Amino acid sequence: MIPDVATAPPARGRLLERLPPVATLGPLVALFLACAFFASQSDRFLSGSNFSLILQQVMVVGVVAIGQTLVILTAGIDLSCGMLMALGSIVMTKLAVDYEMSPLLAILCGLMASTAFGFLNGALITRVKLPAFIVTLGTLNIAFAITQIYSKSQTVSGLPEALEFFGRTFSIGETAVTYGTVLMIVMYLITWFILRDTAPGRHIYALGNNAEATRLMGIDTRRMLLCIYTIAGLLYGVAGLLLVARTGVGDPQAGQTDNLDSITAVVLGGTSLFGGRGSILGTLLGALIVGVFRNGLTLMGVASVYQILITGILVILAVTTDQLSRRKG
Amino acid sequence: MAQLSNCPVLEARRLVKRYGQVTALDGADFLLFSGEILAVIGDNGAGKSTLIKALSGAIIPDAGEILLDGKPIHFHSPLDARRQGIETVYQDLAVAPAMSIAENLFLGREAKRTGLLGWIGALDKKRMLAEATRHMQMLKIGIRSMKQAVETLSGGQRQGVAVARSAAFARHVVIMDEPTAALGVKESNMVLDLIRRVRERGLPVILISHNMPHVFEIADRIHIARLGKRACVVNPKHISMSDTVAVMTGAKRPEELPPQALA
Repeated sequence: MIPDVATAPPARGRLLERLPPVATLGPLVALFLACAFFASQSDRFLSGSNFSLILQQVMVVGVVAIGQTLVILTAGIDLSCGMLMALGSIVMTKLAVDYEMSPLLAILCGLMASTAFGFLNGALITRVKLPAFIVTLGTLNIAFAITQIYSKSQTVSGLPEALEFFGRTFSIGETAVTYGTVLMIVMYLITWFILRDTAPGRHIYALGNNAEATRLMGIDTRRMLLCIYTIAGLLYGVAGLLLVARTGVGDPQAGQTDNLDSITAVVLGGTSLFGGRGSILGTLLGALIVGVFRNGLTLMGVASVYQILITGILVILAVTTDQLSRRKG
Repeated sequence: MAQLSNCPVLEARRLVKRYGQVTALDGADFLLFSGEILAVIGDNGAGKSTLIKALSGAIIPDAGEILLDGKPIHFHSPLDARRQGIETVYQDLAVAPAMSIAENLFLGREAKRTGLLGWIGALDKKRMLAEATRHMQMLKIGIRSMKQAVETLSGGQRQGVAVARSAAFARHVVIMDEPTAALGVKESNMVLDLIRRVRERGLPVILISHNMPHVFEIADRIHIARLGKRACVVNPKHISMSDTVAVMTGAKRPEELPPQALA
């Protein structure tokens, strides 16, 4: 006899299946609560121009966090992301300004520099079988040093217009939206589709869940990981382009907090640091939460040191929630 | 129920596998007939797991040949064996816990949609759900929703998912490595029932197990591995458990068994 084990009566089961999982509901509620709180503290918070500002601040770390999400879903971590972004942005601005290369070609070279480092991360992790934590800690420093040496630690300014395209705005009602924000949202939607509805996307989850099982099912997990770190590198390069567009300069000191910021966004968005669980739209919410906190605290006149303090507390709270919910399950 | 037609499905002749100084397989033979459950038993180091690895493509033997449906074949990876229709259910349950039953069943073999959406890689989730339901029902595994995450299932049900996946895609042979090792009594019985249903579907099963009562309950024939060779194949209906263990450990030679005990 086979015991017919049903976990819940059908009607309730159906309803629960249709609701969005708690993992994505949590960050949404948190975002609304944060907005409500800051709206009550500052009159300026709820204005269209302020939202436009938040989106501009979020777009860079938002794109970095896409790469970080892919990596964390495979149970990896990428600490080098901010530095790869800075390296990409310095390469593209230096080439365009100092060497007067055509802007498009310069952008391409910048993207390639970040991508090459992403590939290096992936190769060291999959071929030499080093832990992602150590590999990306190493490339973080290497990329930082190269950025400083190449730029002589000097800001690159006087950029050609093409490099600032994604910083330009158009208006929806009274809110100014940058093209970069649109690019970020499109990238999120594409990643969302790939992760949810395609075989490679599902394999990323499977890899994070049980790498050995995934390999046994005939999926080349090493090649997949190599691809993911490489694509993450490319995404950091795109983030570098957005950074350049937003600030109007190539800044060798940029990207120093982006690794923690992106990990915070990923974890706040409900993606498990242990891999295999989470969603990319959660990361977008997570990035928005970080952005809203930074913006709201600034409007309230809280010094930036305290903002860093609060971000640190936020990430630990989010990881704790993840741990506790897993222990219960 | 068990039709022992004398039609060999999978055969191995004089397999040799050495690891440095150690000879794991020393001319091992193996024969699996269609429609049977063949248990493979043996002490630790008898070459049982090396034999199974050779048959499932996980290792490449140094010498000897493997024949599938009478034709010589060479596996270079488990994927090769799978492409030839030999599916393996691994001991440590190769499932992705946070993913749904349907996703686990189709992991690595996802069905794509047709048309433009299929061209950009969209998966046909509806079809996979329906297929998953059909496969699980065929094995009478009572789980209501294929969208349920595997981690919400009991150990026996998870084993059911792994068995269903193999049964769904195997065209020739299902190999099960210690499928009841981590399970309680009730769940073990459920899995043994599953194994019988796989046989009823016409697929021969190779069952690796340490659990003698389970082996005797379910196997049509028992392959006893010893010292890298096949000591003998016995018929569980005509041999006692203690004699079987005696042959396995070397306390008794196969020649000392009554003739009807051999299969």
